[in-house]
Amino acid sequence: MKKHLLAISLMAITAFSATTLHAQDTNAAAATTNAAAATPPPLPVPTLEQRVTGLEAYIADSDPSASLKDTNGNMICQNLPVMNTAGPGHNAWMMTSTALVLFMTLPGLALFYGGMVRKKNVLSVLAQCFLITGLVTILWYICGFSMAFGPGTGAHGPFWGDLGTYAFFKGVTGAPGGVSTAWVSLDVFSCFQLTFAIITPALIIGSIAERMKFKAILVFMTLWMFVVYFPLAHMVWSGTGWMSGAANASGAAIKAIDFAGGTVVHMSSGWSAIVLCLILGKRVGFGKDNFAPHSLVLTYIGTAMLWVGWYGFNAGSEVGSDGTAGNAFTTTTLATAIASFVWPMWEWLVKGKPSVLGFCSGAVAGLVVITPACGWVNPTGAVWIGIAAGTIPWFMCYKVKAWLGYDDALDTFGVHAIGGTVGAIMTGLLCDASVNSLVPMQTNGVADHAKQVVEQFKAVGVTIVLSVVGTIICTYITKVLVGLRPAEEVEMAGLDESEHGELGYHG
Amino acid sequence: MKKIDAIIKPFKLEEVKDALSELGIEGMTVSEVKGFGRQKGHTEIYRGSEYTVDFLPKIKLEIVVTDAQVDAAVGAIIKAAKTGKIGDGKVFVSPVETAIRIRTEEKGDSAV
Repeated sequence: MKKHLLAISLMAITAFSATTLHAQDTNAAAATTNAAAATPPPLPVPTLEQRVTGLEAYIADSDPSASLKDTNGNMICQNLPVMNTAGPGHNAWMMTSTALVLFMTLPGLALFYGGMVRKKNVLSVLAQCFLITGLVTILWYICGFSMAFGPGTGAHGPFWGDLGTYAFFKGVTGAPGGVSTAWVSLDVFSCFQLTFAIITPALIIGSIAERMKFKAILVFMTLWMFVVYFPLAHMVWSGTGWMSGAANASGAAIKAIDFAGGTVVHMSSGWSAIVLCLILGKRVGFGKDNFAPHSLVLTYIGTAMLWVGWYGFNAGSEVGSDGTAGNAFTTTTLATAIASFVWPMWEWLVKGKPSVLGFCSGAVAGLVVITPACGWVNPTGAVWIGIAAGTIPWFMCYKVKAWLGYDDALDTFGVHAIGGTVGAIMTGLLCDASVNSLVPMQTNGVADHAKQVVEQFKAVGVTIVLSVVGTIICTYITKVLVGLRPAEEVEMAGLDESEHGELGYHG
Repeated sequence: MKKIDAIIKPFKLEEVKDALSELGIEGMTVSEVKGFGRQKGHTEIYRGSEYTVDFLPKIKLEIVVTDAQVDAAVGAIIKAAKTGKIGDGKVFVSPVETAIRIRTEEKGDSAV
């Protein structure tokens, strides 16, 4: 045994030395060749002070190379040891945020929606959420990340990325930089963005709950990600995006701001949801049968999970653990709590009883409306947003929905579309340059609200058009390929048994 | 012997059970049922969608007693189950042909 170990050790050492020596040989050979080609002298080794600057940049969540470049943008010294290394604190926060946002879908949204449908359809909601999680991950890995965050060159650069840069997660490693920040690993950033790509289509199923075939959801969501989500995410968040007012400050045609996805996630899902639900039509028995939620206990649990998880969604969208993230955390807390208070107060006033569903809806509405604003407004702004969130979506669900008569089963339109739109506009009205200096429309360090609101309206318009037109296309393709609705008897018996062969509860 | 079916409000079950116990009537069958009489249902409101729930939860109590016990049993049930408000329920009395205790196979009044 010992002889074998000794032999193996000797072989390993030999192999290692050979590799190292070979590398040195290669470097020596390259150096000789380079010298022969007369290249400039090597950059100096960074000084201690320059290295400290790099560490300070980690603390401040800023670019460590910023002060080390000349006017042409070339480094004046060799790369600091901390460059191209993920910062532990920022990476840790982003991994946590990613887990929190996944938690929002599984099981936050699953339970929130699951409790609101009738007992015979509870599993269909759970299944759809998990289906979307796996499906979107596969698409993201293959080409979704590349389409959303790839650099995108040429004429289409502002509108979508490419199929080549990050396809099959090529180049998506633990190294930071690129579309991520200087301190967060690209793979962590990709996973973080993946969880957003997952929850957005999952929100849509709220409006067509209880009446869309599983097969149709699979086909529709696949199409929708390509037609609506990947382009929209690129336009709003990419460094070359057409509406990316913060990340593409110099190049964006529409200088809109959207911190965590008021347009990309909530408006897109909400406006797509209403189109899908109108094309699908109402549930059998709508307006006559009792469609009461089968378990508000589950809905309540799901709501609380959504709130906690949303801290990753909002504060994590800073892609770093810094003051802006802390501000997003604070505004999220204030807006959500206040909205969860205001909604049931309206119910108490108008209908006579504050309801648990009202508390839950208010909280979610607050979370939705603060989403685009959280890293741009101050606490006072958050309070106004909370009040608006507890009021406008409430009115939408209580009055306007009944007037218009559509069957948006779980109020995806009322809360996410309307809430997201209100949030996008209010972000323009309330953004504070002293909270976040990246406000695009500002004069002398003060936000120019009038101009910013105009940009927000433009982004809102583009988002609605893309969502509506894109969804119409995807819905009709799906209808032709696999059909949309289950047979009437299947819908009346409940989707769980026929689509999944299971019952949610026994006895 | 007679069978007594009583539909009562669910929260009255313990009181009725105790009242019958005092009379020496120890056995009964209880089921959770839904129903309505002249009591209207209630309205539930979920985010602007109103649902009228007609069927209200009730408890159905079934006992078989000897002819001698009927009046006292019916009286005890009514006294214990009454709230004076609409929806208190109903009592039905019907004749029973025979009763047999499974364990001992005794028949008639002694089986009740």
